[in-house]
Amino acid sequence: MNVESKSAQASSRKSMPLQKRIAIGALIVLVSAFGYLAYGGVEDNLVYFLTPMELAAKGDNAIDRPVRLGGQVVPGSVQWNATALDLKFRVTDGTREILVHSTGAPPQMFRAGIGVVVEGKYRRSGVFESHSLMVKHSNEYRAPTPGTAHPSRIDKTLIRS
Amino acid sequence: MTRILGITTIWIALGMAALGIVVGVLGLLRKRQELVAAALQTVYINFVLLTVSMAAMIYGLVTHDFSIGYVAQVGSRSTPLFYTVISLWGALEGSILFWGWVLAMYSAVVVYANRKREGGLIPWSAVVLLCIGSFFYILLVGPANPWHLVTPVLADGPGPNPLLQNHILMAVHPPLLYLGYVGMTVPFAFAIGALLSHEIHSDDWIKLTRRWTLSAWAFLSLAIVAGMWWSYEVLGWGGYWAWDPVENASFMPWLTATAFLHSVMVQERRGMLKLWNVNLIVSTFLLTILGTFLTRSGIISSVHAFTTGTIGYYFLAFIALCVVVSLVLVAGNSEELRSEGRLDAAASRETVFLFNNLFLTGFTFVVVLGTLFPLVAEAFKGVKVTVGAPFFNKMTLPICVSLLFLMGVGPSLPWKVATREQLRRAFLLPGGVALLVAVTCVVSGMRDAYGISAFTFASFALVCNVREYVSGAMARTRAHGEVFPVALVRLVAGNRRRYGGYLAHIGIILVAVGITASSSFRFEREATLAPGQVMPVKGDLSVRLKSMWGKEEPQRQVVGADVELLRNGVVIGTLDPRMNFYRSQDTPVPTPAVRSRPAGDVYINLMAFTENGQSATLRVILEPFVPWIWFGAVVVALGAVVSAWPSSRRSMRRVNASAHVPSASGAGGYSIPGAAVSLQASASPTKSS
Repeated sequence: MNVESKSAQASSRKSMPLQKRIAIGALIVLVSAFGYLAYGGVEDNLVYFLTPMELAAKGDNAIDRPVRLGGQVVPGSVQWNATALDLKFRVTDGTREILVHSTGAPPQMFRAGIGVVVEGKYRRSGVFESHSLMVKHSNEYRAPTPGTAHPSRIDKTLIRS
Repeated sequence: MTRILGITTIWIALGMAALGIVVGVLGLLRKRQELVAAALQTVYINFVLLTVSMAAMIYGLVTHDFSIGYVAQVGSRSTPLFYTVISLWGALEGSILFWGWVLAMYSAVVVYANRKREGGLIPWSAVVLLCIGSFFYILLVGPANPWHLVTPVLADGPGPNPLLQNHILMAVHPPLLYLGYVGMTVPFAFAIGALLSHEIHSDDWIKLTRRWTLSAWAFLSLAIVAGMWWSYEVLGWGGYWAWDPVENASFMPWLTATAFLHSVMVQERRGMLKLWNVNLIVSTFLLTILGTFLTRSGIISSVHAFTTGTIGYYFLAFIALCVVVSLVLVAGNSEELRSEGRLDAAASRETVFLFNNLFLTGFTFVVVLGTLFPLVAEAFKGVKVTVGAPFFNKMTLPICVSLLFLMGVGPSLPWKVATREQLRRAFLLPGGVALLVAVTCVVSGMRDAYGISAFTFASFALVCNVREYVSGAMARTRAHGEVFPVALVRLVAGNRRRYGGYLAHIGIILVAVGITASSSFRFEREATLAPGQVMPVKGDLSVRLKSMWGKEEPQRQVVGADVELLRNGVVIGTLDPRMNFYRSQDTPVPTPAVRSRPAGDVYINLMAFTENGQSATLRVILEPFVPWIWFGAVVVALGAVVSAWPSSRRSMRRVNASAHVPSASGAGGYSIPGAAVSLQASASPTKSS
């Protein structure tokens, strides 16, 4: 845009410098207002990636803010109601445990002890309301080492060869 | 043997590129034609060398030569042949090799297609292309060497990433993306070449650049939508765009290239925005390299981030080098890049183009900010954050709606100045239709402001663009007595650039309608069913789980559910959502089943199942108008083809003959004053808009 104003200035130096200056001024105001808005927008929509300990340490600052919480599913804590599609479990990082509530079926791989990332908000009641549940796995996949069983045990009753 | 051939050809290509650069620069500076000609030969030689190297890699993959590092990484004897071949671009090293080949191919085409052109532009551009090529050859012999020796040679490999061997679109999306992404290198090379050869003030290079940008842009458009489609068909969440950094990486250069395709018309018509256009070309190229850095350096974890290593530093250094060289050259030539014309009035096509550029660069800024913010935050504040989709939606939806509006305004306004009467005639019909659509939306219960305005402005723009065809063809039927279809074909043939552009607009409008409808009216329901059980979805639609099944395939185990789709209790279709368990990965890959109709999709994903097949959890998503997105992309590409297709001599003559017809476009007849004015600026009347 600068180009435009500069060039116009060059070709019409006499005719209307004031108008050009107003135009440039307006453009600067517009661009900075937009930049400010965008920056503020980012700040408001940041989703922090926290462990249960970090979440607890944040105290009130973390309440009702979008958060991605990562940790392990505490064995024995999973309560799954298949008809109501209602899931409760606790997530731990070894020091703190946070109760997570989510609706909808968990991924097939979800089980006690597995690493998960839940996205949602920590409520004042002390429950983390999750709207998305991901099972954490290494993106760098590698060949299965000999001797270890494939982790996804599909019941062979389903397999008709 | 294959391995030695593959790596040797890359080393020779690197040497050839170095030779070509030195000899070329010497020849250009000393004005020695024979040296320049020799330098141009290296471009062809490198194309042959890279072709040999890539063929060797495909041969290595197909013959399962696990002594080759890359084959050991992505190959597997159990992978079907088709996926073995396309695993060429399934991981970092292979994708860089493919990149190098596409670049070598484009470079050869540039030199060959312009072999009769005089002047320094093409030789200098070839030197730039050789420089960029050497960067990729250095990657291929250094941090991204696909040919390193693996000892001892393993009997079998892990196979490609399961996500990348689960769908046929993996054969479509990456090549299109490379053709688009790497294609943006050519306009950059032309811009730098024009600066170095001091031909930047000529109109010649910008015409050449426009056509190349247009074709690369068309590939990139198709690639982005193919990526959306892949995500929709494979990832199982029923969406197609998540503002993921890798999606943004392909989208950012598309935005700046789109801006360039519009502002270049202002330069051709009015001699304005020259500096701006050069900057857009340079930015587009830099954004492709930045995008490659983001997706290939492992700095962002995703399906595209293959590995972590030192390659990121190479990219950063290369970006820095490109920025410095471009800045120095552009600053040094700022006198030659000065505008010749200036804006005449607020109501004119130029003004619309200025706003178009303002919005598109604003759009780019938002996407760049949201994409890079997490990196900056982690580097400087040590916090792990992501920028949520709400940010992108909040910031970009107003821009999208504005752009839809401008898409209708632009084609309806003449160049230079529009009179009040012209404005009234231009906007009465589309404005009326848009108002009708807006009222219909509100009456039918829509409350989402963006949804309503998107439909409103989409219909406005659709009427404006379609009218250009209809009124233009009707004017021809009146003037020549041609029947309407013939008139329509001749109209388009007579001004391909212009009508191709309008066709691309119509494609974008279809995409916009598809996106708006599928996100506004999306309906989702999830339930756990036992075989035989029925789950009501919406209205008279329900689904029944028929049975669960499993099967063993060489590279994977598949568990599926047979689901019947019922309308009023009558079966209208069956779907089989699956879950694929690849041996190389511990998480299953969902494979949703989609029943596609023009009015919308029924999308069923198998979420979970009990291991004895007693029950399955299904998610059923209804998404109206989704196929319009895919169809719209094809229309966009078609528009680009119409627009970029070189005119034959015969059709040029016909156009010149018909240029005397008083009104080539009836309601758009006010574009004639603009066209008349343009005659003094442009040599031929065929170049309108």
